[in-house]
Amino acid sequence: MEFFLVQSLNGISYGLLLFMLSSGLTLVFSLMGVLNFAHASFYMLGAYLAFQVSTRVGFWPALVLAPVLVGAIGMLVERWGLRQVHRHGHVAELLFTFGLAYLIEEAVHLIWGRSAVDYRVPAELDGPLFQIIGSQYPIYRGFMMLVSVAMLVSIWLALTRTRIGLVIQAALSHPQTVEALGHNVPRVFMLVFGGGAALAGLAGVIGGNAFVTEPGMAAAVGPIIFVIVVVGGMGSLAGAFIASLLIGCMQTFAVSLDWSLAGISIAQVAPVLPYLLMVLLLIFRPKGLMGTREG
Amino acid sequence: MKYAPLNLGRWILWSATALLFLAAPQVFKGGFALTMLTQMGTLILFALSYNMLLGQGGMLSFGHAVYSGLGAYVTVHVLNLMGKGAFYVPVPLLPLVGGLAGLFFGVLFGYVTTKRAGTTFALISLGVGEMVFACVLMFPGFFGGEAGISTNRVVGKPFLGVSFGPAIQVYYLVAVWCFLGMAAMFALTQTPLGRMANAVRDNPERAEFVGYNTQHVRFLQLVLSSFFAGVSGALSCLNFEIVSAENVSAIRSGGVLLATFIGGVPFFFGPILGAIVFVFFIVALSGFTKAWLLYLGLFFVLMVVYAPGGMASLILMQFPVMRAGRWRELLVPYALAALAALVALAGLIGLVEMVYRLSEQGASTVLTLLGISFDARSAPPWLAFAAVLGAGLAALRSAARRVGERWGAIQLELQAKAQ
Repeated sequence: MEFFLVQSLNGISYGLLLFMLSSGLTLVFSLMGVLNFAHASFYMLGAYLAFQVSTRVGFWPALVLAPVLVGAIGMLVERWGLRQVHRHGHVAELLFTFGLAYLIEEAVHLIWGRSAVDYRVPAELDGPLFQIIGSQYPIYRGFMMLVSVAMLVSIWLALTRTRIGLVIQAALSHPQTVEALGHNVPRVFMLVFGGGAALAGLAGVIGGNAFVTEPGMAAAVGPIIFVIVVVGGMGSLAGAFIASLLIGCMQTFAVSLDWSLAGISIAQVAPVLPYLLMVLLLIFRPKGLMGTREG
Repeated sequence: MKYAPLNLGRWILWSATALLFLAAPQVFKGGFALTMLTQMGTLILFALSYNMLLGQGGMLSFGHAVYSGLGAYVTVHVLNLMGKGAFYVPVPLLPLVGGLAGLFFGVLFGYVTTKRAGTTFALISLGVGEMVFACVLMFPGFFGGEAGISTNRVVGKPFLGVSFGPAIQVYYLVAVWCFLGMAAMFALTQTPLGRMANAVRDNPERAEFVGYNTQHVRFLQLVLSSFFAGVSGALSCLNFEIVSAENVSAIRSGGVLLATFIGGVPFFFGPILGAIVFVFFIVALSGFTKAWLLYLGLFFVLMVVYAPGGMASLILMQFPVMRAGRWRELLVPYALAALAALVALAGLIGLVEMVYRLSEQGASTVLTLLGISFDARSAPPWLAFAAVLGAGLAALRSAARRVGERWGAIQLELQAKAQ
């Protein structure tokens, strides 16, 4: 029983982290039609910048500074890169972000080296939060959940209750009308792209020390968040939320269960499960869990 | 496209290509050149098969290495079974085995991936690629895990006196298959299926109204493309005598995308150019600098932003101007732009190499570029290279504007003359 409880909590915290990544991706996709291939690279950049900042001034300033920096980089990329490519169409935009992912990975190699850096959980968050029948639950996992939930609630409030949020929502469906009403839609795009990058950066700050900060982290998590976007249905935030929790729990449970079938244990199969889920879903429900577009 | 009864230019071009394949090892002598040429042949085939998806079918795939890699795995097992004397297939026909394996997996995975088009297709192909890669690591018995499976291509009796031991014989085997594959893929672009693939790429809705099932067209195109990918996988297996998880990895899939795009997606011969440049980057440049991937990525991004038609489009653009005899006017602006680009490149290379040297632990921080030594830990070289880069970029900007003005003026005059 306590195994089930602890693993569910772990799965939910991992799922929430995945949702922090996939929500930014989904927002950018539904607003600009751009699938940002470099999204996971922004996640990695967030972790590395947080490591760099935290060695100088500590973890708490890094929690704020690193996402802001990553968001600024995202805005620069949108303004001076993506916007130039926009006239060549969506494939060119996708390829641009693909090339960008290459560049960011190589830049990380160049600056921080090829092995993992020592980015640790701060001392005040290190230790058990509570105990359930013998197994301890770390504080940091709870902190991760807290940050993710706080961020999600604030995004939801920002999107539904503030003026800029309403403009973004309107620009999602009727960009021409919004432009005719006098709003600067390209600037909205830039803000949203930067915001998505900042979200990924924040996920990197809290995910980098919970897992490991290394140059392969973008390539490891990237395909998973794309699978989430496909499984949830392209452009659907609610779908991405369900798919994130589903895949987060699925992977956590698969790694920790020691059942086996025909000589292959569940833990061995764990890396394939998300992709298998995607393939099955595509066969039986091609538009994804909550998707509306059929393309 | 004109339908001439006999396209003389085309015959000359293909004969010249065949001669080039024949003569290349005689011109570029030595083991290193031969390695490069063999790899180029393999990659040309792979990139052309990739362009059947991206260029001709409008399918951006991030998992094409699955088909070449699995083709290579099947080939390596067939080769090893032959070594044990289980059965005998002539070695020159092994690429066909790899191709059929690629075809089989194309049918299997293509059924899922081609259900959707556009961005979703790209994501699904990525997911399927990751799935296959994870599976390869999961079953080390069949796939040999990270280390891979090694083999020996010299098995059984020599085929018509050719043992395929020496590298030059492998080169000619690759060359023959590459040429045949090129011809077959070009012929495919002329068939009704090739034309329908173009239609589905450009306007799927209209293709549906004409009465074609777009999903079916995409599926057929992918299956055929994975056959040629499998052939190239088998060739690389024969060349390297080892197949590992890297053969099906996302790195391979990304590599062929880079090569194809750099060469030029809208043209049939674009991927050939791209494969040649890409192998040059990988084999030649990686010997000089560890930052070669960064340079390759930068080159790719610049092509995406400034020349989405790739190198092929840049070359083809010049022909109308040359035919009109106006190319001489562009020579000076081109030379100036090239000079400015070289200056900017020098500044960039200096900065990148210094960053790299500083990050490398235990390495000396003193670099030597063009016979000048300097310490990357002192400020002057940083300032100098930054200044060179800045000056180069500024010069490039004005030079590019000059090229653009001259180019625009010539185009206007040519158009006026045509009317």
